[in-house]
Amino acid sequence: MTNNFVFDANMAAKTINVTREFDAPVDKVWRAWTEADLLDKWIAPKPWRAETRTMNFMVGGVWLYAMVGTEGQRHWVYAEFTAIEEGSSFSSIGRFCDGEGNPVLEGPKSYRNTKFMTIDGNRTRVDMVISFEDESTIKIFTEGGFKEGTFMSMNQLDELLASA
Amino acid sequence: MRRDVFQAIADPTRRAILTLLVTGAMTPNAIAEHFDSSRQAVSKHIQILTECGVVTHVQTGREIHYHFNPDKMKEIDIWLERFRKMWEDRFDQLDNLLNDL
Repeated sequence: MTNNFVFDANMAAKTINVTREFDAPVDKVWRAWTEADLLDKWIAPKPWRAETRTMNFMVGGVWLYAMVGTEGQRHWVYAEFTAIEEGSSFSSIGRFCDGEGNPVLEGPKSYRNTKFMTIDGNRTRVDMVISFEDESTIKIFTEGGFKEGTFMSMNQLDELLASA
Repeated sequence: MRRDVFQAIADPTRRAILTLLVTGAMTPNAIAEHFDSSRQAVSKHIQILTECGVVTHVQTGREIHYHFNPDKMKEIDIWLERFRKMWEDRFDQLDNLLNDL
């Protein structure tokens, strides 16, 4: 079955639209995006694995997880929930973290809105809009350190933050 | 002021200048002839494109030619491709998870 994956970048607007269909009802897909033990099972691209430290799915709450590499290296990912419509959409702000998982509040941010809708009766379409503040932000978030399977070193991140 | 590729392509005139330069290097006068706006306005756009790194210039005698710099634009394609692949991989893993749920 086709999953109609769309990844559409509008660089002038600094926005990326991502759409994907899943062969499961919306309540299951919603759980997979909002429950820590489920998120940990799919959010890290192999060979990385995800380990959630904090998940507080409410407006103002935070999801903090580590991408853990094959050699135990950790890269923290931080999202703060800014709006939630139970079962249909949520928004979050992404921030960079230092090596201990503390968010760098004055650092670059990304914004994400994710919508869930039922299609064909028992399938789900997810529409996600990711937006960025500027080029350096999009660069750090898209590279996210995934260069050749290793995350960017903290030194490189510090440099980017300093130039932001 | 810090410039980035997004500022380069955010403006319709600048996008039009880039499109012109893709077909070959041009002098500022030759570029300006394609636009109704003042020569001064066009040269301001060229200056911004240069500061963004998407256009370079080469001086030959008294003539300056502006060139399109595809490497700068390619940078973006590389980040985006990486990002797209990451989401694709995640979604494939999510498919598997949903099957078991």
